Amino acid sequence: MKISSVNGRPVNLDIKTIELPITAYASILHRVTGILLCASVLVLVWLLQKSLTSEADFLQVQQMLSSSFMKFLMFLILAPFIYHLVAGVRHLVMDVGIGESLEGGQLGAKIVFAASAVLILLTGVWLWGV
Amino acid sequence: MGRVTPIASLGKNGLYDYVIQRISAVVIAAYFLYILFYLVGSDQITYADWTGLFGALWMKVFSSITLLMLLAHVWIGVWGVLTDYVTTRIMGPGANTVRLLLELAVFAVVLVVGVVGLAVFWSV
Repeated sequence: MKISSVNGRPVNLDIKTIELPITAYASILHRVTGILLCASVLVLVWLLQKSLTSEADFLQVQQMLSSSFMKFLMFLILAPFIYHLVAGVRHLVMDVGIGESLEGGQLGAKIVFAASAVLILLTGVWLWGV
Repeated sequence: MGRVTPIASLGKNGLYDYVIQRISAVVIAAYFLYILFYLVGSDQITYADWTGLFGALWMKVFSSITLLMLLAHVWIGVWGVLTDYVTTRIMGPGANTVRLLLELAVFAVVLVVGVVGLAVFWSV
């Protein structure tokens, strides 16, 4: 840890040693899922293109999507999408002035984690038909 | 010091970016929820069902608008992340060049996906 030359107090900018608040995790995850979704767009556009080309291609896409690899890939696209969507709704809620306080922000982050966990679980049930 | 000039931001202005990001988010959410409920609500979708859905004029318009909104959303989001982390403060003197190259790469992909996507929507 360095000592600041300005006021002589210690400065800690080593992020690995800083305990982040829950709101920071909510925000970082919103960014990480956003970057993941950029890659998902390429897969989804490709699948849509193929599925609309001809009936044979459509059936091939249906066949592919029933494989466990593609189901897992779809889960890897849908799970980040759900989190990003729910966290985005929280932003809109905060834009109209709800949950802007420190406690409200922390509660909002917890609600986002809980709601997206439930929806992601439901997505898994839908994909694998438990 | 260290402030990133918003030369490559979509609206050239944080307020425009903020508004575009929210409007596009609502459109993307509406589109994906529509598709998701269509998929969840149908037992076995045939090729005729699928081309019927995407062949309708209103759906072509909805898909095209959503794709353009999505690409704007991607651009603003990626720009925000890059200008936060790929900076001279965090990465050293080469950061501005690296960020510019990454921005160009993302822009190229966005452009290609936009053109390909529109071609797909209007080919049905």
